[in-house]
Amino acid sequence: MAVDYALLKKGGFMRQKQKDNFSLRLRVVGGNLTAVQLAKIAEVAEKYGDGHVHLTSRQSVEIPFIKLGDIDAVKNALGEGGVEPGVCGPRVRTVTACQGEAICPSGCIDTFAIAKELDERYYARELPHKFKFGVTGCQNNCLKAEENDLGIKGGIKVSWRESDCIGCGVCIKACRSQALSMDGGRITLDPERCNFCGRCVKSCPTDAWDQVHGYIVSFGGLFGNEINKGEPIIPFIEDHDKLLAVCDAAIEFFKQNAKPGERFRFTIDRIGQDVFEKAILDAYNA
Amino acid sequence: MADIKIDDRVDITDVVCPTTFVKAKVALEELDDGQILEIKLSDGEPVQNVPRSIKEEGHKVLKLIDNGDGTYMLIVRKVGD
Repeated sequence: MAVDYALLKKGGFMRQKQKDNFSLRLRVVGGNLTAVQLAKIAEVAEKYGDGHVHLTSRQSVEIPFIKLGDIDAVKNALGEGGVEPGVCGPRVRTVTACQGEAICPSGCIDTFAIAKELDERYYARELPHKFKFGVTGCQNNCLKAEENDLGIKGGIKVSWRESDCIGCGVCIKACRSQALSMDGGRITLDPERCNFCGRCVKSCPTDAWDQVHGYIVSFGGLFGNEINKGEPIIPFIEDHDKLLAVCDAAIEFFKQNAKPGERFRFTIDRIGQDVFEKAILDAYNA
Repeated sequence: MADIKIDDRVDITDVVCPTTFVKAKVALEELDDGQILEIKLSDGEPVQNVPRSIKEEGHKVLKLIDNGDGTYMLIVRKVGD
């Protein structure tokens, strides 16, 4: 019987150079695995692979040298440790994330929670071509949001609270965008310059800032054969449900308009940036 | 703020990150709860990060004074023993 390589690839089994050997991609969300999952992955790599794993460029794990005849046994074994095969091909891929505010002092949003939500909502969804989500916690951009088809970056919208300010000026030094100035003990924020990095908040010794944590969403990033930086349409999204509405609209636009094998960036370019912006703004304002 | 009594001074302009914070932290350890330390630090990375690190250690930043020569005086009140 002929081997359906496309079906195997869809299920995360990537054909190797070596005949009848597959590198099995696993489902990883936001770059996190439990110790139990890791132990099971190690066991499977020892028993069915050649004893090593590969960490992919997008936070997944692949177990190479899985034999064609062992595929079902491998799936069952991984399942015992709560590990699932991943996906490849024209569909929503691994949702990547940095550690975010749950762990990182610089984080502005709970990146893992968002990655998990996106994974549950979209992972493996069939589309005209691959579609990548990445979630990064702050402007340090450890997760490189703008290289994804849809990137989410955490930020903090701030407003100065005079009653708690001691006029020390640390926030002005911490700001890298020259968005803050002090005149007669009053802090002024230039909204045109503020990039929502939150350094003023995190440096303030008296917590004299009101904060709204939110999302900067970029569209159309690529970092493969072509390189393109994803660009935002809405400067700052405060509301979590609106974030999801915008993600839904982006996926739907891609599904409705893309040609097979066409990345999101080129669909936007071909259909028109203005048409895409309208679709996103309509979803945001609905 | 003019009446702040400085109990000790430390100059961290001669070291680089992460020794800047370490040197300031060691100086704070020498003080008692409520005493005031004046830290001389450089513009750029030290002034952007040292005040935050000191705050995260639980101490109280009182003032940052620009010396006008690329250095600053950070006035900190020690919290805890």
